[in-house]
Amino acid sequence: MFSPTKIKKFFLFAALPLAIFLVVLVYPFSQGLYQTFTNWDGFSATKLVGFTNYIHAFQDPMFWSTLKFTGGFVIVSLITVNVVAFGLALIVTAKLRAANLFRTFFFIPNLIGGVILGVIWQFIFNSALVTIGQNANIPFLQDSWLNTTSGAFWALIIVTVWQSSGYMMIIYVTGLISIEQDVLEAARIDGASAFRTLWAVKMPLMAQSFTIALFLTLRNGFMAYDVNVALTRGGPYRTTELISMHIFQDAFAFGHFGTGQAKAVVMFILVAVAALVQVAVSKRMEVQR
Amino acid sequence: MKFTRGLGKTLVFTLGAVLSLAYVMPFFLVIVNSVKPNLEIITDPLAMPVKFSWDNFNQALKKMNYFTALTNSFIVTVCAVSLLVVFSSMLAYFLARNHNKFTKTTFLILVASMIVPFQALMIPFMSIFAGYVKGHNIAMLIFFYQGFGIALSTFLYHGFISNIPTELDEAAAIDGASDFTIFWRIIFPMLKPVTATVTIINALWIWNDFLLPRLVLTRDTQTLPLSTYLFYGQYATEYGQAMAGLLLAVGPIIVLYVFLQRQFISGISSGAVK
Repeated sequence: MFSPTKIKKFFLFAALPLAIFLVVLVYPFSQGLYQTFTNWDGFSATKLVGFTNYIHAFQDPMFWSTLKFTGGFVIVSLITVNVVAFGLALIVTAKLRAANLFRTFFFIPNLIGGVILGVIWQFIFNSALVTIGQNANIPFLQDSWLNTTSGAFWALIIVTVWQSSGYMMIIYVTGLISIEQDVLEAARIDGASAFRTLWAVKMPLMAQSFTIALFLTLRNGFMAYDVNVALTRGGPYRTTELISMHIFQDAFAFGHFGTGQAKAVVMFILVAVAALVQVAVSKRMEVQR
Repeated sequence: MKFTRGLGKTLVFTLGAVLSLAYVMPFFLVIVNSVKPNLEIITDPLAMPVKFSWDNFNQALKKMNYFTALTNSFIVTVCAVSLLVVFSSMLAYFLARNHNKFTKTTFLILVASMIVPFQALMIPFMSIFAGYVKGHNIAMLIFFYQGFGIALSTFLYHGFISNIPTELDEAAAIDGASDFTIFWRIIFPMLKPVTATVTIINALWIWNDFLLPRLVLTRDTQTLPLSTYLFYGQYATEYGQAMAGLLLAVGPIIVLYVFLQRQFISGISSGAVK
């Protein structure tokens, strides 16, 4: 079926990268899947235990509260990041002389890793904002937001928006400038207002940008770890652990490898289903324009 | 009409200016506080420094092993990204030029693997590799990045290579060029725009990555995000030093961005649209 030259080409170009891919990603992934059905303790597995690990995972009330917290975080960050990013994209494409400068500023937080951003904002929430609150007598700033669960939730959202809106802005800008001028010209001649042009012409024509930006924010929301660890460390009292951090703690801090991995598989299924549904819905919107 | 448009522009400009300020404010706070002594920061983190002192920087440089961490980060990023460029462009070339069940399935698996979060396999990953990591963490880390980065990079290259006519390969083959020569001398130079995208996207990811280095690296082989995090955890009450440390940590990438801004932006926008 395969000629010798093809096999030679395979070894020349594809064998090594594919082997690494298999070893580093595919093997641990399938191993992890298998291990959730055994009594694996991090070192050895002696027998198959069916769904016990999954049952234990779902019996853990902490896991439920983490799932709820993560769900809230994913939905709220998805909406806020994209609304802000789209707004920034509109500002940056508004033919202002300062547009490039603005774009530079909006994008900067994106260059920096979540951990460093997280600790910068920890300082802001714990010190800077508290000082402002006390000096100016603003009640909701006098105590650090990070001391309460709901305050820490919004702190996470603010940092996430600040961090990733610049990236999503670039995606929206790419969509906005790819719209052909004659379409906009036609809308203008027909007397469409700026808002109507945006809503009925521009947004449908850049539907692909929405598909991508929504997909990325959805994925980032589920996978968020760095900012979580650096900003709230899961506190107060492990109430602000997102799912990534929860799994990390479960396995590496408490040694629950079996249930931890079961939770990780649940996380994977959630991400996969959410991403597939979102992409399917967005694609349908793209076609309908 | 003209008046309202002018007004609208002023409004948009004001909004943009205010938001820009909000976006850089946190960095501004870090800079201001990095040259203040600790006591001044505690009394008022918002005040301008009374007198400048570089002492915080000296302390931070030492305590976070700055130059070692910077070198480690640099080595990891440069090696991992270069290897990724080589591996993924070759794999993409193979997959794009051979159409059969095997290449189609492989490509599908690569694309599907992109929605697997690292957290979904990190536990078995550590139990498999923990033993191999000892003693050569940095090399292993670079190796791991190949596995985790290959899918997206191959995907980006694949789209581009599919649009290069195969006549080019055939003509070169008739002239007697070997497969390797065809790829490296004819195809690869044409891939420059994607190579730029692949380089920037991967470099940003690897430079800033935290979770994988945290699992793999030991104390003396830390990368910058890791050493910053540990330094901050240890000296969080020494605000001045912590701020100096943060500034040192973000400095290199921001300087690079200022010089290569256009490449960064175009790299990301063309990478995202695929």
